[in-house]
Amino acid sequence: MSYINYLLRRALQSIPVVFGLSMLIFVISRVIPGDPVRLALGPEASEQQVQALKAEMGLDQPIPVQYIDWLIGVVQGDWGMSLRTNNNVLSDIVARLPATIELVVLTLVFAVLLAIPFGVIAGTNKDGWQDHVSRITALFGVSMPRFWVAIVLQIIFVVTLGLLPLSGRLSDGVEPPPDVTHFYLVDSLLAGQFGTFVDAATHLVLPAFALGLATLAQVMRLIRSDMIDEQRKDYVLAAQAYGLPNNLVEYKYMLRNAFTSSLTVIGLSFGFLLGNAFLVEIVFAWPGMARYGVEAILYQDFNAIIGVVIVVGVGFVSANFIVDLLYGYLDPRVRLGDQ
Amino acid sequence: MNMATEKSNTRLPSTEDTAQQERFKQIKRTFQSFLQNTLSVVGLLMILTLVFAATFAPFIAPYPDDAGAGVHFDRASQPPSLEHPMGTDTTGRDIFSRVLFGARLSLMMGVIVLSIAISIGVTLGLIAGYIGGKTNSIIMRITDIFLAIPPTLLAMAVVAATGASLFNVMVAIAFSWWSWYARLTQGEVLSIKEEEFIESSQALGSNWLRTTFKEVLPNVLSPITVKATLDMGFVILVGAGLSFLGLGAQPPTPTWGAMIAQGRNYVTTFWWIAVFPGLAISFAVLGFNFIGDGLRDAFDVEVN
Repeated sequence: MSYINYLLRRALQSIPVVFGLSMLIFVISRVIPGDPVRLALGPEASEQQVQALKAEMGLDQPIPVQYIDWLIGVVQGDWGMSLRTNNNVLSDIVARLPATIELVVLTLVFAVLLAIPFGVIAGTNKDGWQDHVSRITALFGVSMPRFWVAIVLQIIFVVTLGLLPLSGRLSDGVEPPPDVTHFYLVDSLLAGQFGTFVDAATHLVLPAFALGLATLAQVMRLIRSDMIDEQRKDYVLAAQAYGLPNNLVEYKYMLRNAFTSSLTVIGLSFGFLLGNAFLVEIVFAWPGMARYGVEAILYQDFNAIIGVVIVVGVGFVSANFIVDLLYGYLDPRVRLGDQ
Repeated sequence: MNMATEKSNTRLPSTEDTAQQERFKQIKRTFQSFLQNTLSVVGLLMILTLVFAATFAPFIAPYPDDAGAGVHFDRASQPPSLEHPMGTDTTGRDIFSRVLFGARLSLMMGVIVLSIAISIGVTLGLIAGYIGGKTNSIIMRITDIFLAIPPTLLAMAVVAATGASLFNVMVAIAFSWWSWYARLTQGEVLSIKEEEFIESSQALGSNWLRTTFKEVLPNVLSPITVKATLDMGFVILVGAGLSFLGLGAQPPTPTWGAMIAQGRNYVTTFWWIAVFPGLAISFAVLGFNFIGDGLRDAFDVEVN
């Protein structure tokens, strides 16, 4: 019962954040100087045509009225028309979201899977050379711009070594697998197209690495410091006194506790990766939502800008929400604490 | 500190003086522990180098005119050599010279963005904490919204609305960056309001402005210093990202991000155009991270 209370309370807290974000971005996008509508129609359009399109899009109304109209539209699936593609922004985003999600999820999996062993090794060898190497690697990892890492990876692995493809989601001439989940890795396996799977996977390696390096560094350092905290606890001493093998104590008991507290950062990273995929998608010509967002910004395509920001914002808030739910589930003190 | 010693010469040491001396000792200890950390000293040297290079860019740069829109097709796209340590770009400009001038822009941007963000954050935090009640909840709800948005995304949206320029990028990043500082300051005001010595100092007629400067600000100073040092690096990264997308200062301004964007079109032929400006960004951010890490350990504060 109290868990459901906690869940509801936490859900209620997320709502004002999403509303606030939508209001904020809506106002920002409506005060755009210059005239996006004229930009979209081109210099030959008459003043009448510009005014007509503005009236059609409701841009002649006061901003609060426009906001309410827009909100009603959003609920009904009408996210406004993109000035660049002339489609409903929602369908534009839905078409591009799976590519971004596939990249972000794979990046997160890759970052966490590598972070765990490295973090445990660094934490159990505190101040040893492994710890120093991990500390410096981590600082490099968060200090290098992701888009630049992406370019350097291209120079090394594509141009010089010729090992991996330069850009895109699939090689030229490879047909996308039959659409089931929109994720190429999953769809190709479902269809039994192993060649397509390998091709899609090789296209993901460099973007995932470039995008995930900073997350890998953060999670690794967090697991390290949590492992160090765990080491001081009595149960570890007891387990060691019983003569349990070190590996068992480290990976089974300590890591479980250390990982629980790393959950927050992992959850937060999902939102951050979604927001940071922009630059990496541009470098790898990844056909995702982020690239759509950047083009929308360059063309002042305001409905598309709002749509992309809202989707990323909701993704971010939901990730936090899910993390809190897991947290409350794993640690009763959290859900009972602030009642 | 001079004032404290002067005062103690003229009258008996009061509690205020010993408090100041205690604070001085604490600063000294912090400073010593900072200097014992190899990485933080390395970071300090890196940033001093960078500041030096930025300040004297016109004198150090072998081809200072190349910071602008110079065109020298006779020496276009040359690989690194003694003459051009980082090579030349496709219009023959010396990349090393441009990287030096880029350091000015990046450092300036970091300082300006954080000054604005910290001023807004601290002011709002103080207002929320002191007035309390409805004002507090409104300000803190807004802060929560800003905390929940990735800064890159919000900054991009703001630049999209205001147009691409260096000034707009700085305002946009500052606009999306203040929330953490507001949260910190508000928390500090709330916790200090409860303390007995504040009640007593207010009973003695001390006004809230004095309390703020004497009690609240010194307490938030160390976390803000640590966070701001680390943030210098992150602001430089976000700024580089925005100018990489063409949302920052417009050509021919030599921002590091824009230089990488130019080089990206030539990864298959002229790798040095994109690689060296990125090394400069990494160098700067790494330096600030080294210092920030050292400061965090020395001050023994948790940020984030």
